[in-house]
Amino acid sequence: MSALMRPFWQLVRRDVSLAWKDGGAIGVALGFYLMVVTLLPLGIGPDLALLTRIAPGVLWVALLLAALLSLARMFETDLEDGSLEVLATGPLPLVAIAAAKSLAHWITTGLPLTVLAPVLGLLLNLPPEGYGVLVASMLAGTPAVSFVGAVGAALTLRTRRGGLLLALLMLPLFVPTLIFGIDTVREAILNSAAFWPAFLILSAISLTALVLAPIAAAAALRFQLQQ
Amino acid sequence: MQTLTQSLANPTRFLALSARLLPWIAAASALVIAIGLGLVFTAPPDYQMGHTVKIMFVHVPAAWLSMFVYALIAVSSFGLLVFRHPLADVSAKAAAPLGAAFTFLALVTGMLWGKPMWGAFWVWDPRLTSVLLLFFLYLGLIALRSSIDEEALAAKLTATLSLVGIVILPVIKFSVDWNSLHQPASVMRLGAPTIHASLLWPLLVMAAGMTLLFAALHVKAMRNEILRRRVKALRAFAADAAGGLAGQAAG
Amino acid sequence: MTTAMDLGTHAAYVWASYAAVALVLVALVGWLVVDGHRQQRLIDALEGRGVRRRSQSTEPGSG
Repeated sequence: MSALMRPFWQLVRRDVSLAWKDGGAIGVALGFYLMVVTLLPLGIGPDLALLTRIAPGVLWVALLLAALLSLARMFETDLEDGSLEVLATGPLPLVAIAAAKSLAHWITTGLPLTVLAPVLGLLLNLPPEGYGVLVASMLAGTPAVSFVGAVGAALTLRTRRGGLLLALLMLPLFVPTLIFGIDTVREAILNSAAFWPAFLILSAISLTALVLAPIAAAAALRFQLQQ
Repeated sequence: MQTLTQSLANPTRFLALSARLLPWIAAASALVIAIGLGLVFTAPPDYQMGHTVKIMFVHVPAAWLSMFVYALIAVSSFGLLVFRHPLADVSAKAAAPLGAAFTFLALVTGMLWGKPMWGAFWVWDPRLTSVLLLFFLYLGLIALRSSIDEEALAAKLTATLSLVGIVILPVIKFSVDWNSLHQPASVMRLGAPTIHASLLWPLLVMAAGMTLLFAALHVKAMRNEILRRRVKALRAFAADAAGGLAGQAAG
Repeated sequence: MTTAMDLGTHAAYVWASYAAVALVLVALVGWLVVDGHRQQRLIDALEGRGVRRRSQSTEPGSG
């Protein structure tokens, strides 16, 4: 097991530094997040009470959409230049490869979006009790987005219009994380006791995704590489 | 002594057996549905809902079938990936559009029931919302398969997707129910009406009839798919033969 | 059995539901029957030209 940890972290580091140097993917996700959350109040109007009510929902939905943008490319570049096949024949099992790339996606997309979220909360008149919980809920929920998203990315790897198909596939799969993420924030703002169950379930979904999703993603990758 | 699935593994044998069984299944479904319709239209109005309760007699069976067919696809997918059953993919591919159609009907009849009940076609009722998400799962299966040209790869990837879906489906239902409980606004629920015997029988008979109809449609769709694959194989063989002759003529 | 069935104030919704179900199911049956005929005709045409599968008794693996 320990023999796998070094190549695992090497892969994570490699993906993170590639995304960082490229800069494009992270920038697109953050820019998109900013755009959606800015345009929405412009469209709805400056009704502050209304904005407060919809703030948790908007922040979470926009985050999901932004994360979706970079999901399609998780395995694409490696497939195109052949490094995916090299990785597959290397010391790391495909499950670990899928997990490493999911983790890298979280570090380069989920985390930055989570950091931006409270700033955008200001635009939506998020009440003061909401900021801490918002970040906590996103830290707990975005891993599920990256790990479950990896399954979709692996399934749609070489298909035409893969991005559109990926969005269609991910929509129902993201709903549980979305619902519990939003509810965590909403219940905390209302100072209700239901905040804890929602948060715990949200975390449980992410933890389960951490374990099970790479298995499905690896299976899909194996099928794709066999072709 | 072979098990049923083993004896049905041979496509030729399946074609022969299904050719004999299909007329009976189709006839049985027509008969049961006819009886069901008779029961439906002689059923008394509900105390609260009046005659709109009759919509339930098609809405509930459609919703039940939408879930049953997805489970069937998941079982078929398991059969493909774990047991490499030769007809597993045929079964899954044939069932997906049928399941999507029943899910669509569940949505449409649900909306037509909701409008007189609540005044709006869509109120994000938890049951209808879960069915909507299930509809997206079906569309995803169909879209994924149609976007991949190689049949074997399409089979394995859609099988993987359907297994992921069946694991997430209970979580989706749970989350949607949770959401409706914790929404601040008052929520109207498509609650299960208290069923009297006079309303239970039409429901059960229609459910049985529609399930039999699905069975007939599924068998027929599987037959069509087997024939479709034969056409492909024959065409490939013809192309091989033509290529071989050309090779001989050139050499 | 009354010919003009009085289904109450929301009769249109009930009729619409049953019409939708009938429409979709009839369309499904129709599509499956037509598709089946088409495949069979294609097979007959190909086999009429003398094309045979490698083995008629055992089915080659369908991948």
